[in-house]
Amino acid sequence: MIKVALIGAGKMGISHLSILGAHPDVEIVGVADTSKMVNDVLEKYSGFKTFTDYKKMLDAVKPDAVFVAIPTKFHADFVAELLNRNIHLFVEKPFCLKVEQSEKLSAIAKEKKLINQVGYHNKFISTFEEVKRLVSGGHIGNIQHFLGEAYGPVVLKKKQDTWRSDPEEGGGCLMDYASHVIDLLNHIVAPINTVHGSLLKPIYSNKVEDAVYALLETENKISGVLSVNWSEETYRKMSTSITVIGSEGKIISDASELRVYFKSANCPTGYSKGWNVKYVTDLTEQVDFYLRGEEYSAQIDYFIKAIKGEVPNNKNTFESAAKTDKVISLIKNNKNNA
Amino acid sequence: MERILFGDNQFFAVNHISDEKSRAQSIKFKEDKTILDTIDIARDLGTETFMCTTHDRIINICEMVRQNPEKYKNFSILPCMPYAHKYANAVTELGIVGTIQQYVPGNFLGTMFKGGLAVMSKDYLSIMELMVDAEMKMFKKINTPVIFLQNVVTDLLLGLGMKDILKAYHDYVIKKYNVEPGFITMNMPKLLAVLESVGIQNPIICSSINKAGFRMSGGMEIYEKTLREKQVRAIAMQVLGGGAIPAKEALEYVCNLPNVSSILFGASSKQNIAQTISLIHEFDEKKK
Repeated sequence: MIKVALIGAGKMGISHLSILGAHPDVEIVGVADTSKMVNDVLEKYSGFKTFTDYKKMLDAVKPDAVFVAIPTKFHADFVAELLNRNIHLFVEKPFCLKVEQSEKLSAIAKEKKLINQVGYHNKFISTFEEVKRLVSGGHIGNIQHFLGEAYGPVVLKKKQDTWRSDPEEGGGCLMDYASHVIDLLNHIVAPINTVHGSLLKPIYSNKVEDAVYALLETENKISGVLSVNWSEETYRKMSTSITVIGSEGKIISDASELRVYFKSANCPTGYSKGWNVKYVTDLTEQVDFYLRGEEYSAQIDYFIKAIKGEVPNNKNTFESAAKTDKVISLIKNNKNNA
Repeated sequence: MERILFGDNQFFAVNHISDEKSRAQSIKFKEDKTILDTIDIARDLGTETFMCTTHDRIINICEMVRQNPEKYKNFSILPCMPYAHKYANAVTELGIVGTIQQYVPGNFLGTMFKGGLAVMSKDYLSIMELMVDAEMKMFKKINTPVIFLQNVVTDLLLGLGMKDILKAYHDYVIKKYNVEPGFITMNMPKLLAVLESVGIQNPIICSSINKAGFRMSGGMEIYEKTLREKQVRAIAMQVLGGGAIPAKEALEYVCNLPNVSSILFGASSKQNIAQTISLIHEFDEKKK
């Protein structure tokens, strides 16, 4: 059994906790949260040991691995402390507010050979994995251009401020929503290293942007566009999509449907010249416990397997998350609007 | 419980395999009247039970039903609560405490905090009860023989090991509404074991059951074994496996499973509704 603790029992933390609770190889040894009410409920109904001070928890329960699901601004300090104690880490996205922090922590985790993973769950969605396979295998030829989009109904009117509306704490559409798309583009196309311009637009929020638009370029000179808006009420929930245009074909994919066009009959098994459509249901593997999408269970299972040495620690590492943090800061620094 | 239940995903742009189809559906069902007309098609074909999430638009559908008591005298609704995206989006924006403040009627949390932090166990359960009541308001005077807990909540509680809350929900539905509680889940065998452990016998559980094994967590074999060997009133949903299985093959599979009391399906066109209903009848007949 892997002894796992959670720091931060908010929306993502509770979701991880539930999936971990159902995992046959995991024993939940402690939960740390600042809310006495949340701790109280978890003690009473789940029987978990809870703490308001995470260091006291670490001393008391000595976990093998910790899930960190607190606001991004706290990640750097907490992760440094946890790495110092030689604990395997699963950290929520985005990784850190400053790229230097992300890179430093990534180097420490690597040096100490600790399993490190960040919660960019889109990489565990089968349609996006198939896009990655088609692009990496050169099946749509040389990539010419890409488009990464995400829309959803998070902020639909002016409301009270929370940490999500404070840019200093890691709030805003860029950190919360666009980070997913950037991470996916880095993974599928190539790491982005240039931002030719960006617009960070408030729609309802006072202090943060509700929409992000940017012109991007990867290290191998592929151009792309980012378009993300979390004040989009025509969507029922967050919807992420990727379009990749290549010399031999084109791919349009979201989390449920993959559409691929091949210019010639020279295409991989299972595909043919012209348009092809595949659904997530054709591509997805069954999980043992389902809460809110196979990908949430799959990423946790992967992390646990990596600790057990059954899979390599090469998905959503701190290193790859640091590259995403770098693009986030480039977008902030190349802002064209006042 | 009726053998065939008519679902609501098609009305609210819930399509598990295509965002484009979702959009087409939300355009088609823009008017509440179109939704009710489609429910009427299913009713005319003998399916008088509509199972739906507590989406805001159901408020108006219920109002239209209440205005025609004679027409809808045999009609019943199986509410599934809560409409999770409403709360999930609120939690993203307001946090957990903020969401409770926004959605739990009255200043409940304020009262709790005022009394210091010595919150009694029963207070948390009263939050649950108040939320059930808030969601049930829209169904006033409408026959609701089963009230379901949505899978996101059921499975969250299941993973967290909060079986006493599942039991409290079960008991509250019986005590307050005098109807049957039901549970929707993506983890049917696990849930059934937990419900049995808190003394709930032969529960109504709605879960994905299909020939493709889609969303049958842990695998089809354990589902089939559970249906064969345990006492459960199972409702099969996602019988087409998200569109992966042809209708005939899909329905033949679920109709022949033991302990599947009802089949839940959704469709937008008269032709598809009629085809599904007649295929279920056909396979049920053959089984006899």
